Order: sequence, then C-alpha cells, then structure tokens
Amino acid sequence: MILRIIPVREFILAAAIFLLLLLISTRHAAFISPSNLANVFNDTAPLMILALGQMVVILTRCIDLSVAANLALTGMVVAMLNVAVPGLPIPLIVMIAISLGAIMGAFNGILVWKLAIPPIVVTLGTMTIFRGIIFLISDGKWINAHEMSESFTAFPRAEIIGLPVLSWVAVVAVAVFGLMMSRTPLGRSIFAVGGNPHAAVYTGINVGKVQFLAFVLSGALAGLTGYLWVARYAVAYVDIAGGFELEVVAACVIGGISIAGGVGTVAGAVLGALFLGVVKNALPVVDISPFWQLAISGSAILIAVAFNARAGKTRGRIILKSAEHTS
Amino acid sequence: MAERTAPVVSMDAITKTFPGVRALDAVRLDLHAGEVTALVGENGAGKSTTVKILTGIYRPDGGTIRIDGEPVTFDSVNAASDAGITAIHQETVLFDELSVAENIFIGHAPRTPLGFIDRAEMQREAAKLLQSIGAPFDPRTRLKDLGIANRHLVAIARALSVDARVVIMDEPTAALSQKEITELYELIETLKSQGKAILFISHKFDEIFRIADRYTVFRDGAFVGDGRIDDINEDDLVRMMVGRSIDHIFPERNSTATEEVLQVTGYNHPTEFADINFKLKRGEILGFYGLVGAGRSEFMQSLIGITKPSKGVCKINGKIRVIRSPADAVSNGIVYVPEDRGKQGAIIGLPIFQNVTLPSISRTSRNGFLRLAEEFALAREYTSRLDLRAASLDQDVGNLSGGNQQKVVIAKWLATKPQVIILDEPTKGIDIGSKAAVHEFMAELAAEGLSVIMVSSEIPEVIGMSDRAIVMRDGRIVAELEDDDLTPETLVRHAAGISTEPQLERA
Repeated sequence: MILRIIPVREFILAAAIFLLLLLISTRHAAFISPSNLANVFNDTAPLMILALGQMVVILTRCIDLSVAANLALTGMVVAMLNVAVPGLPIPLIVMIAISLGAIMGAFNGILVWKLAIPPIVVTLGTMTIFRGIIFLISDGKWINAHEMSESFTAFPRAEIIGLPVLSWVAVVAVAVFGLMMSRTPLGRSIFAVGGNPHAAVYTGINVGKVQFLAFVLSGALAGLTGYLWVARYAVAYVDIAGGFELEVVAACVIGGISIAGGVGTVAGAVLGALFLGVVKNALPVVDISPFWQLAISGSAILIAVAFNARAGKTRGRIILKSAEHTS
Repeated sequence: MAERTAPVVSMDAITKTFPGVRALDAVRLDLHAGEVTALVGENGAGKSTTVKILTGIYRPDGGTIRIDGEPVTFDSVNAASDAGITAIHQETVLFDELSVAENIFIGHAPRTPLGFIDRAEMQREAAKLLQSIGAPFDPRTRLKDLGIANRHLVAIARALSVDARVVIMDEPTAALSQKEITELYELIETLKSQGKAILFISHKFDEIFRIADRYTVFRDGAFVGDGRIDDINEDDLVRMMVGRSIDHIFPERNSTATEEVLQVTGYNHPTEFADINFKLKRGEILGFYGLVGAGRSEFMQSLIGITKPSKGVCKINGKIRVIRSPADAVSNGIVYVPEDRGKQGAIIGLPIFQNVTLPSISRTSRNGFLRLAEEFALAREYTSRLDLRAASLDQDVGNLSGGNQQKVVIAKWLATKPQVIILDEPTKGIDIGSKAAVHEFMAELAAEGLSVIMVSSEIPEVIGMSDRAIVMRDGRIVAELEDDDLTPETLVRHAAGISTEPQLERA
C-alpha cells in the first residue's frame, strides 16, 4: 500500500508544478517556452544537487545544515587556487572541490558517528566554523570575475546538446543517486537505518557508519556545487549562498522526504527542488514581489508536511484493518 | 489480624478476549482492605491483563467488578483512579526533569484561586506524603537525581496523593537491591496499617510468603484457586501454578545430536551476567529459561556482539572466534531473532522482500549492485517455507499482522543460512495458530541440522521444545536440565530460587 502512496505523492507534486506553470503561462506565456524552462532548470540545478545529498542525510535520521557553508568554503578555496595557479586543469579543480567537500562532510560524519553528538548541533557548529574559515583565508575580500581564469568560469556555462554543463551535472547526479538508492547495498542500508535503526543494528548494519557515509556524500555534492556556483556567478566571498541550507531542507521536505527518516525518494527531492525553482523564477515575471516567495515556499512546506502526516495516518488505519482481517 | 469479610474490590467472572487469544476466562479476584493479595501465575497467565482491567486500560468483555459490593464499570483510566484504584508499574512512568513534588501532583496539582499551580501548597502536601511513607528526600529534588528505589517511593507517593484505596504493585522489586526490598516491605506494612488493599504481583516466592496475606492463582487465563497464605506451602503453590495438562501439542522430535557447534566459556559482563558456560550441539534445541531480568537477553546480545563481554571465549566448530559486531556474528553463522519485533525486528516502511534480504545483501548483489530478481527469489524461498500470508512481497511489512511480521523476521535470518539461530521469546504475543507454526518450524530446522537457542519464559514451550534447558537467575546459570529433570516444577524452582527440594545444580 505504501508503495502506492509514494508515487501518488510525487505525482501530486508534479501535478502541482505543472499547474503552477500553466497558471504562470496565462500571465506570461513566454515563461513556458522550452528555452526559458531550460533556464529555470539550470537555475535550480545547484538546489537539486544539494537536495540529493540532503535527502540521503535526512533519510538516515540526520540533518546537514552545513551544506551552504561547505559550498561557500570550497568555492572560495578553488577560486583562490585558480587565482594562484591559473593553469590548473578544470577536471583537477572539480576533483579538488569534490574531495574538499567530502572531507568537510566526513568531519560532520565523524562527530555524529564517534562522538554521538546530535547532527543538528554538529552541523550548526561546522556551518559557523566553515564560514569563519572563509573569512580567515580570504581576509573578507572578494574574488572577482577578472581575477579568475577564462576556462574556470566558462566550464559550468559550456553548452552540450542545448543544455549548460551545470544542468548536465544535475542530471548525472540525479541518475547516479537514483541508481545508488535503488540498486546498491548502501542505498538499501540508508533506508534501513532511517526506517528502524535498532533493527538495522541486529541485521549487521553499522548505523553510525551509514550516517557517516551520508554526510560524506552530502559534503561531496556541496563541494562540487561550490565550484559550479563560484564559477557560474564568477565571484567568491564570505556570504555566498547564505541561508541556502534551509532552502535545501525545504526542497526535501516539500519533496516528501520524511524528517523522521526512512521515507523518501530521489524523484521527490528533485521535484521539491524544481517546485521551489519555478516559484523563485516565476514570481518576478508575473509581477509579484519576490518577498512573496518566502511566504509561498513556507506555505508549500506546511502543506507538504500536513499531507505527509495525513498519509502516515491512513497507513496506521490500514495496519489495524489488516490485523483484524488476518485474525 | 482480624478476619475481614467484605472485599473492597471484587472481580467476578471477568472475561477478556483478544483476537485469537482468550486472555482471561471467567476469573475472579478479591482484594481486602488492609491485606496484601499476591497474584501468582506464569507468564501468559493473565496477570497483566487483570491489572489493565482494574486500572481501566482495558474493558472486560464479560463479568462484573464490584467496589464495596457496588458494580462499577471503568470507561477510562481516570474513572479507575477516581474510584481509588492506582497501579505502580514495573517501570514507573515519571518525569526526569521535574521535581519530586511536581511528579507526585502532575495532573491534579493544588491550585491558587487564580488557577495557577499553588507551589507552596504542593510542596507541603508532597512533604507530608513523603514523610508518611518514610521517604528520605526533599520534595524539591529533581527526579533524575534519585535512584531507582527512591523513584519507586515517588511513584507510591503519587499513588497515595490521589487517595488510593487499592494499590497495585506489578513486580515492584524486580530492579531493587536487597536493602531497598526490605524498605519496600516496611512501606507495604505501613500501607496495610492505613487500610489500603494491596495487589502484589511477583514471581519470587520468598517475597510472596514474606509479604502476602492471601493468594490467588491464575493459569492460562483461568482462575485456579485462592486462599490465605498461611494455609498453603511453596510446593502446593508451585503445583497450582504449573500443574496442567499441556493441551498444546508440540512436534515429535528425536534428537541424535553429537557434533558440537558452539561452545561458550566464562562469559562475564560487569553488570549483567557472570560465568556463563555451555555447549550447543548440531541440530539441538537448547532452551534458556528464567524470570524477566535474569540476564538471558543481555547475554544473547553480547554473544552476537551488540554489547561486549568483559571476558569469555566463544568457540564455533572448535575454533575460537571473536565477535565484535552483529555483522561478525552473521558472518560466523550466528543470528539473533530479537524479542521486540517492532523495535528490533522488522523495518517498517521497507517492503517484505527487502526486509528478508537485508542481511544477505552481499549474496544477492554482484559488482556492488543489487539484483532484484535474486532478491525476490531468496525472499520467496524463505517466506513460502514459513507459510507467510501476504498479498505480495512488495507489500510494506507494517501492513502485516504480528505473527506474519515475526515470520518475515525469521525468514530474514534463515536466508543468511546460519549454523546457530537464537530465538528470543519466539512466540510471545502471537496467536495460537502462528505459535504452532513457529514450533513446527523450529523442529524442522533442528532436524535439518541447525542449532537453536530458544530464550523463552513460557514453561510449556521450554519443556515441549527443548532437548536441554538452561535456567538463569540473577545473571548466572543456576541449572542445566534434561530428560526427566526437565519438569515445570524444577524450572520454576531454579528460576525463582526455591531450594527446598535439592536438585542437580551446577553453578
């Protein structure tokens, strides 16, 4: 039964996005032109990538509030690296960004795993620490477009079959995570740990280690996004992506990822991110103050949570009924 | 003590059925003012159900409860407590972060005329109550700073604060030290002298004979007998408790076990158990009997690497193996089916087949990818062997009944092809039909050469299924019984620590 509920939830969210697009098109038809939709997608790509990492973390009953700070620190480091050694090849920079992000994620993961500190406290702490480190290494200065090398900033915008690299990275990340969650032992363990940590222990799954790996994955994606972000906007400073971690969590919650862990899908995270992306891009177009965006995303979160809570309740009733029938 | 005629509370012909189980069958129970009535019976005799009916948690399907001769019905927990019935549970339900006075008066605190809680009055009242039961601490103490015995005193003070006439104590001494138990006895004497009627539930015979004035015996949800404790001795009480025709038929088995699979030597733990030694042969069913809290589950958890023993050696097939984690245990062929299905067994939210294959994932995957077809095949093989009834293996485990969830959990472990399977209370809380299927299946497994350790608190199950039984008490093995020594009486004697009839004991 629950298997039937999950696709329904995602279907409803997809329908909501579709309706939203339809509504916007009545006011501004150009919004739903393929090229604009591609722009919206590209604009939402960083949120989507981060939401995938956050989804994995939330599924294991944790939360990662340090993703935006991780992104900003990695972005600053690769930007400074680019200034210092302009000839560094892009693949190497991408590798460095992913590794650096993963190391920061591992730091969160170790604290959660070995010291058993609640994840919200750990990542609240590291979030502040990462921002502080950016200030220390940059002296609070900006790194601007003219200081970065041409190839460094061009990479995320380069077009392949009509879509920029940034979009393709998101597509690949979604595919990889989709495969990982459904078809690998790690993916299965992540669901098991979130679904029932006690039972997972008896099964021979190391709960702390799975949570650690979730943080590493989330950190690696944050690092990757850090480079893409800094290169796309061609600027790096202390406060980039400030508060973005909450938008990432919001995308997950709207996408039906249960904050209690164990329930959620890659499709949900992607749709949650897309929903926020459409709202964010559409509001200026249809002449609604961007301040409304916050209210709309907020309402979307509450509606999504209320909807999930209701779905949970129906599930409870079904259990009782079937128990009666079998007896 | 003066003979009192009319009971304060009288339960008459109380019946309660749950789906598939008749928990209570026309039982009666009388509680008298100023007297302690011990309710005696094995696990599953219906003691807890009785408590729950008396405290308004369950409603009986038939029969009457009378208070002072007047029939009453309890529609809610509040109705029972308004009638002056209060229970002190095994694990008392109190709030760590609140003060003692707040814990005592939570829900019915004295109010000021403005409707705020009258703190001063509350503390005065609490102090008075605590003094009356001889509690040596201040009502402003935070609960978390108190030890388990003092928490009990708080729970008792809370019970008294609602002006209880009937106090139910459900295994109150399970977690107490000897000195604390003595203090509890004094307290019970105080309560008696105040004219409270006390229902005392315990497995420990020395306690019952020390503290109770009357006894009532239940067996399998039926009333067996009652009387004054002075008129009965331990032997007769044990006989009333266990003497039965085993109506449930256990599968025929003939064990020819010879080859040793598992040998545990000198397992010790700083607090939970000590000096555990035993051997397990191929194809054998070894029962572990004991009272709740005897350390059986705790030992099993250390055997599979969830907790670490402080010392001890575990040999599997004659070779020393160190098991540091449940994953080690699984790879060494030892699996544990925990007692608490909901908490430790099935993963609600995952479909049946994924629950079954979870510990075998390395076998069903290739090159790091899961193969769904293999998973389904494995899950189908073991669930069909266990006669699991489910619409589809894609179904969420949470939608199955308790018995079927248990089957999924057992299938999960069998799918790892273990050598030793530890079943902790394998049939607890499942209906009779599923019970028989589980027993049948255990016999089948043993016949196929799998060694089974069965932790059970149900005497017929231990006797009906085990080739040998080990009895644990207070974290130690007190007896190893087989053949003619394996009787209900010997099990109860060893587990409860009655030594009137010396048996073959191995310390």
